[in-house]
Parts: sequence; structure tokens; C-alpha cells
Amino acid sequence: MATLGMLDSANLNGGQKLAVKYFTVAIMLFGAQVLFGLLSGLQYLYPDFLYGVLDFSVNRMVHINALVVWLLYGFLGSVYWLLEEESQHEVVGLKLGNLIYWVLTAAVTVVVLVYLFVQIGPGKESSIWLINEGREYIEAPRWADIGIVVSVLVVFYNVAATFSKGRYTGIAGVLVLDMLALFGIYLAGMFYTTNISIDQYWWWWVIHLWVEATWEVMVACIMAYGLMKVLGVSRKIVETWLYIEVALMFGSGILGLGHHYFWIGTPEYWFSIGGFFSALEPIPLVAMVVHAVFDAGARHAKNSNHPAMAWLIAHAFGNFFGAGVWGFMHTLPQINLYTHGTQWSASHGHLAFFGAYATIIIAMFYLGIQRWRGGTWMSGDLPSNGWKWKWALGLLNLGMVGMTVAMLVSGYVQSQIERAIEGSSWMGYFAAQIHPWFVQGMWWREVFGVMFLVGFILLVWDLLTIGKGESRAMVSAEAG
Amino acid sequence: MATSQWWASESFWRKTAIWVTGGSFVALMFLTMDTIPQISTGSKRVPAYSVINYRISYKFDETRHVQVPVIGAKEPLFGKELNEEEAEALVKLGKLTTQSKNCMNCHTLLGNGAYYAPDLTKSWLDQYWGTKEVREVQMLEFIKDPSDKVHNSMGRRMPKLEITDEEARGVVAFLKWMSSIDTNGFPYNFKSIEQEN
Repeated sequence: MATLGMLDSANLNGGQKLAVKYFTVAIMLFGAQVLFGLLSGLQYLYPDFLYGVLDFSVNRMVHINALVVWLLYGFLGSVYWLLEEESQHEVVGLKLGNLIYWVLTAAVTVVVLVYLFVQIGPGKESSIWLINEGREYIEAPRWADIGIVVSVLVVFYNVAATFSKGRYTGIAGVLVLDMLALFGIYLAGMFYTTNISIDQYWWWWVIHLWVEATWEVMVACIMAYGLMKVLGVSRKIVETWLYIEVALMFGSGILGLGHHYFWIGTPEYWFSIGGFFSALEPIPLVAMVVHAVFDAGARHAKNSNHPAMAWLIAHAFGNFFGAGVWGFMHTLPQINLYTHGTQWSASHGHLAFFGAYATIIIAMFYLGIQRWRGGTWMSGDLPSNGWKWKWALGLLNLGMVGMTVAMLVSGYVQSQIERAIEGSSWMGYFAAQIHPWFVQGMWWREVFGVMFLVGFILLVWDLLTIGKGESRAMVSAEAG
Repeated sequence: MATSQWWASESFWRKTAIWVTGGSFVALMFLTMDTIPQISTGSKRVPAYSVINYRISYKFDETRHVQVPVIGAKEPLFGKELNEEEAEALVKLGKLTTQSKNCMNCHTLLGNGAYYAPDLTKSWLDQYWGTKEVREVQMLEFIKDPSDKVHNSMGRRMPKLEITDEEARGVVAFLKWMSSIDTNGFPYNFKSIEQEN
């Protein structure tokens, strides 16, 4: 029944057919993210570029919103991907799931078009409802917020109900509760208040408790599934590790929220709470590295999908360095006072989002394409030595590390000149921004950004062609 | 293998995960209940909107060893004293304007946002505005049309964002009110405009 080497939806189960739709939109939005990132990076170097047409604020908003939405699409796709295998039951509301996919995608399209062509509105609540909420990362207008909540409720129903009717595994238990928390937290960002301290207090609930708690647990679930699939690690081992990771992630991440409450008007006790718990946040990420690398080593790295395995390892290290080390560097208030709101944050943000999330979703793309082509061979000895996926892996990771280090250099200049010497005034800000070291950092960021784009193009090309016409079936990893 | 050890068992870690998560969340709820009243409008840390009727300075506090906002003599914004409702309406207009014009994707507010333009937390007090006599007019003019003003040597210019006069007044009110929030000394070592008579 499997048609080897050909893209055939008969190779997929119901949930997986829906998953590849989510993956397709995710890749397109990933491309949009890279493009608008390059545009905004270029505006640091040539401020008149697209001035008054697509201003920095617009490009940057599309850049970060495309990021959030493509990762969410990647997560929803990954969940639908593993749902039927994990539960050993058909998705209960697949038709509804399909409908919601189209509704959500249409809504995302309209939001982006409004961002690009309407951009701003008058200072009224109607602007927040219809155009742009003006709050970083969750700029989506309120009508879209409501649409997102309804859509994810449907996905949640599908996941919870399918697991309930089928097999309720350990991964299922964590996933269902995590999705409930992930979607519930979004509600904390759906109201207007004039008091900016209260505004940012709840805004961080959404941003932090997503990125540094529920998303991390989501990828831990995907990692558990991925290691079982690719390496054939036993369920008992991955699920025990999953519980350890949940305990460590939520144990450090929930109160680690406090590291965003140093300077927004909140009381001083958040210094101790935020500093202490956020400093612990790298620990679960170390655990994930140990877990993934140990399991790979224990099986002599023999696996059924080399690109996916490589991206899982890239995830383990990227998560540890990007979210863990780069976050830890400036999480203590004594340091954060000088780094908060500088290119330090951008440096950390880039490596963390890429290392923790983009990487593992790319691993899922490779698992997806392998099955879509009927379960083809994706181990060693690929045609042309698999140069495309290897170069894509190298260019994307090197490009990202280059951007991260370049922005960190610029961030150092800001901490020193703008904050420490000039006293954080506007003139201090300008003095740092025109410093040659800062400007060099911005140039290198753009250069490495182009390298990243080349890697992205190769990645898409590889995903479209890998396994095409392949006559060997995949090695089975699941026995181990 | 030591899988029979209690500390390596699945059920031990499942229970640990549940208790740690639950415990952390309960702690966060209690902390939130303590924090919200302390940052509500009209509290010590986040003053009422009518604070725009007064001079706001940013002074070094000997005991805390950071700069803190100090509310001083009466100095109504645009020379017109507002009651609490009027002040709130004006600051609200300003806050809504900063959101609908997407200020946060170039600027930072309380240190959060984008890094393409200066932080706005204490912008009301910035020496950039010259003297306190011309500050309000300068700010209004700037916000309404900054596109032809070369305000730094980077070549970056803020675009004209179709901000009306009333909205611009709201934004100035919002910025003045925001400068009165006790941000635990952020931004550090800030050099404030001269405001003494």
C-alpha cells in the first residue's frame, strides 16, 4: 500500500494528512520571517530603505509574528502528526479539524495583509480590535485573538478526545495538560488596560509562560516521540525523562517569570524570586542534552532518519545554548539592569527561538516527508551523499550563531556606552548606536542573515526532493 | 541498570512533576495577588493619572541606592489642571495611541519592545527636550511630525504616523505619567532634564 519514493497522501493517516497542511503553512511563514528579518536588519544599515512604505516597526512586527505563528503551526502539525500513532485511534473530529485549519489560515492571511497595508489606526479601541494591538509578539487584533482561541479549543478537543477514546500514554497526559495551559494562558493577553505596569504584568504571563514553560514542555513531548521514532528508544525511558523534564521546566520556569518583573513597576521581591528561579532554567535543558545524546550514543547513532536525528541533536544543543546559556548570561538583575532592552535581548531571542523551537519542528518536517513518501530510506548513503540537508543544516546553524554573536557584540557596546557611561539617556542611546563596533555588529548580523536565507532555501529544496524516486525502505528503528 | 530504584521510576517522576508544577503555580497565584494591588493605579509604585498635574523628578535615593521618581510641586501638563477622570481619559487616549501606532516595535517601554529607537520609560525627563519650558511644545511637534527632523546622526527618522493634536497630547500625558512609575532604578544612572526653578 505504501508507494515508496512518491508523495502520496495514502501513505499518511488522517491526523498526518492534516499535519502536513500545517507544516506547509509553517514553512511558508518561516520564509516570511526570514525575509522580513532581513528587511528590518537592512534598515539598521540603510534607514531610508523602504522608509514610509514598510517602516521598521511594520517589518519587525511581521518578522516576530510570523515566528510565533509558524512555530504554533509547527506545534499543531506535530501534535496532529503523532496523535493517531500515539493514541492508536483515529482523530475523532478530523472534519472539524480540517475546517478549523482553513479558518485559522484565512484569519492569519487577513491579519498579515492588514499589518502590511493598513499598518496603523487612530488611538481608539477599534484599532486594537481591528488592526493591531500594539503589544510585542501578540499584536494580532482582538478579533483574531478570539478566532485563535476558538481554533485552538477545537484542536484541544480533538487531542483530548482522541487520546481518551484510544490509548492514553504518558506523552498524551503531558501533552493534553500542556495544551490546556498553553491555550488558557493566551487569555491573559486579551484585554486592554491603561496601566502599563498591569498591562506588562499579564503580557509576560503569555510571552514567558509560553516560551519558557509550556512551549518547552511541548517540545519535550515532541522530543520524546521523535527519539522513539528515529532511534527506537523505549517508551519507559522517554516517558520517565519527560516527567523529569516537566518537573524541572515548570519548577524553574513558572516562577522564573519573575525575571521579567524587575523593572516594570513591580515590587523588589521579584529580584530574588526571578533571579533565583530563572537561573535554574538551564537545568532541564542540560537534562535534554544528556538524554538525547546518551540515547543516540547508546545506539551508536544508528537511526532511521539522519536529517531528523541531526536536527533533534541541533535542538538539544540549541535549546541549551540559546535559551539556557544566553538567557542565564543576563538573567540576574544586577546584570540585567545594563542589558535589558538592548541587543543582548535580540541576541538571546534569536538563538533561543531557533535553537529551542525551529530546530525540532524542522526535525518533524523530515519525519513528515519521510512518511509522506511511503517511509523511504533516509539513513546514510543518500544520493549525492545527502549534501542538501547537510549544507542546509550547516548554513542555518552557522548563520544563526553568526547573527547571535554579532548582536551580542552590539549589545555589549550598548551596555557599556549607552547604559554604564552615558546614563541611559537618548543621547546615550544615539552615542552607542553610531559607535563603529555597534555598526559592525549590525553589518555582520545582516551578512549571517543572508547565509541563513541560503540555508533556508536549501532546506526547502531538500524537503521537496529528499527521498524522491528512492526505492529503499527506511530502516526500522522501533524494535530497539 | 538501576531502574528498580525509586528515584529512577516513572511514577516517582510523574508525581514529582505534578506536585512541582502545582506548587509553583499556587506560589505564582499568591505572588500575583500580592503584586497586583501594589502596581494598581493610585498605588505608591504606580501613581494615579492625576500625577500629570505635578512636577515629576527622578532622584537618587540614599537608602535604596537607585534613582526613584519624586512627585513635586504643582506643574500641570499644558498649564491646565485636570481632575482624576479627565487625567485618566487623556492618559488612556495616549496609551491607546501608542498601541495603535505600534510604538513598541521600534521603541522600548519599561525596557520592553524593539531596539530601533530609544527607550521611552523616562522620556518625559530626557535632556533631549532642552529646557522644561519648551519641552511640552517640542514633544507635541515631534510626535505629530518627526519625519523631517534630523534628531540624531544615525540617519534613522521616526515616520509620520498621522497622530492628531489631541492624540499627541494624550501621548505626552501618558509619557509623563509613565515617568512617575517606580521602576526599581531602571534605567540606571539616568541623566534628567533640569527642572528646578
